[in-house]
Amino acid sequence: MFHIFCPYCQEYREEEEFHPSGQAHIERPAEPASVSDEAWGDYLFLRDNPRGIHHEMWVHRLGCRKFFNITRDTASYEILETYRMGEQPSITAASAEVRREQGVQTADGGWQTVGARPENSRLNEETPS
Amino acid sequence: MQRYSGFSLVKHALSHHENWQRHWRNPTPKKRYDVIIVGGGGHGLATAYYLAKEFGVTNVAVVEKGWLGGGNTARNTTIVRSNYLWDEAAQLYNHSLDLWKGLSQDLNYNVMFSQRGVLNLAHTLQDMRDVQRRVNANRLNGIDSEVVTPEQIKEIEPALDTSKRARYPIMGASWQKSAGVARHDAVAWGFARGADALGVDLLQNTEVTGFKIRDGQIHGVHTNRGDIEAQTVGCVAAGNSGVLAKMAGIKLPLESHPLQALVSEPLKPILNTVTMSNHVHGYVSQSDKGDLVIGAGIDGYLGYGQRGSYPTIEHTLQAIVEMFPMFSRVRMNRQWGGIVDTCPDACPILSKTQVKGLYFNCGWGTGGFKATPGSGHVFAASLAKGEMHPIAAPFSIDRFHTGALIDEHGAAGVAH
Repeated sequence: MFHIFCPYCQEYREEEEFHPSGQAHIERPAEPASVSDEAWGDYLFLRDNPRGIHHEMWVHRLGCRKFFNITRDTASYEILETYRMGEQPSITAASAEVRREQGVQTADGGWQTVGARPENSRLNEETPS
Repeated sequence: MQRYSGFSLVKHALSHHENWQRHWRNPTPKKRYDVIIVGGGGHGLATAYYLAKEFGVTNVAVVEKGWLGGGNTARNTTIVRSNYLWDEAAQLYNHSLDLWKGLSQDLNYNVMFSQRGVLNLAHTLQDMRDVQRRVNANRLNGIDSEVVTPEQIKEIEPALDTSKRARYPIMGASWQKSAGVARHDAVAWGFARGADALGVDLLQNTEVTGFKIRDGQIHGVHTNRGDIEAQTVGCVAAGNSGVLAKMAGIKLPLESHPLQALVSEPLKPILNTVTMSNHVHGYVSQSDKGDLVIGAGIDGYLGYGQRGSYPTIEHTLQAIVEMFPMFSRVRMNRQWGGIVDTCPDACPILSKTQVKGLYFNCGWGTGGFKATPGSGHVFAASLAKGEMHPIAAPFSIDRFHTGALIDEHGAAGVAH
């Protein structure tokens, strides 16, 4: 089960309070009437679906009911960071190597990197393993 | 290939069953094939089998990164039915159901296809309307669907709680008598054995690492065992289709999700049929071995990990206990996850791509097992002729741009 840090509640909560809502950072075309069928179809249906680092929207359905973003590895299921709507991820597929340096090793030998962003670094100190 | 028969059973009994032939060879890859199939699951193996058998293309390789039938073919809940709402989908799945009926004889391999029927329950007035609409559509397409009342359901499946006491009382159901279950592994093994006997090379532990594309035409694949050339490549990689498409520079409208299933300890025969409920959201059947085979919805997030999360298991079992209160103390034996490639309209993609000679057969999402022979047959026809088979044509990837979607979400509903 995921243990997700809600960037609005500033708390770790269990997965069941949340609901995944698909790929993050998809922009609706500014003028839908003027885009081509291809562009509109791509906007509606095409998704990155990577095996690896993925930025996705979640909603804290049974909590603050706000949408926020998670950067997660879709192969290991490791949550790398959570951040508010309108913000940009600090970890991307390109910077995947960086996360090892920013994370801390947990008791069971894995890497805890939820608090990888500098302002969340205090979270590393109270790492659940 | 040694044929299986009562006679061969007796003959091999004399040598203590120690001299049975291997199911398939383990060949080294040739430099060049006429057709390469990427993905050695049920659909890929069926494609190779029908290519060789019906369309005379025997110089075929099936490239599989793991072992044959080790992905979703080994992980599904083995339900076979064809009661889909829209004409295009009904034709595809019914074509498959027709092939299922003679499959054991055709393959000379017992796939244990058992037409024990499928109930799709309705718990609300809207459910009932949907059931009636779907049954009417089915009958127009020649599918043996009918609407049944709670009393009839009680007769078909006595273990089911059809009382008014239930939290979601059952108002009726659709009933497809010709639907049923099959032995999933045997399907992969049967197709593999049949294809191998016809000269198809089954290359296991061979992972595709890239495509050779020149001037918009496919020329082969790069693998961890060297390059293999072919002018026609069919990708049938289920959950990993998106990863393959990316190698070819193609984007697909797919999302890969974990779908979980579980089986209980073996019980004496208790279930007669397959029971599915969209509303309570779960489905259950009993295998010939006696296990209850249980499944429900996908985990909502993207994942390639072939495992799911615990809340989903809990929801699944809540649904099963709601339908069958007597199962509340049955212990579960095993639980697992497979990666399903879901399409926005819950229908598969069988399509050419912008790369000439490169075809995709993917997006079967939660319900691909039932289509294994039909999908293989129409995809093989398309690969052999270079033109999409009429049954496959509506499932082109273009539909996400033209808007001609085949929206089976409401009809298919629950994952299966």
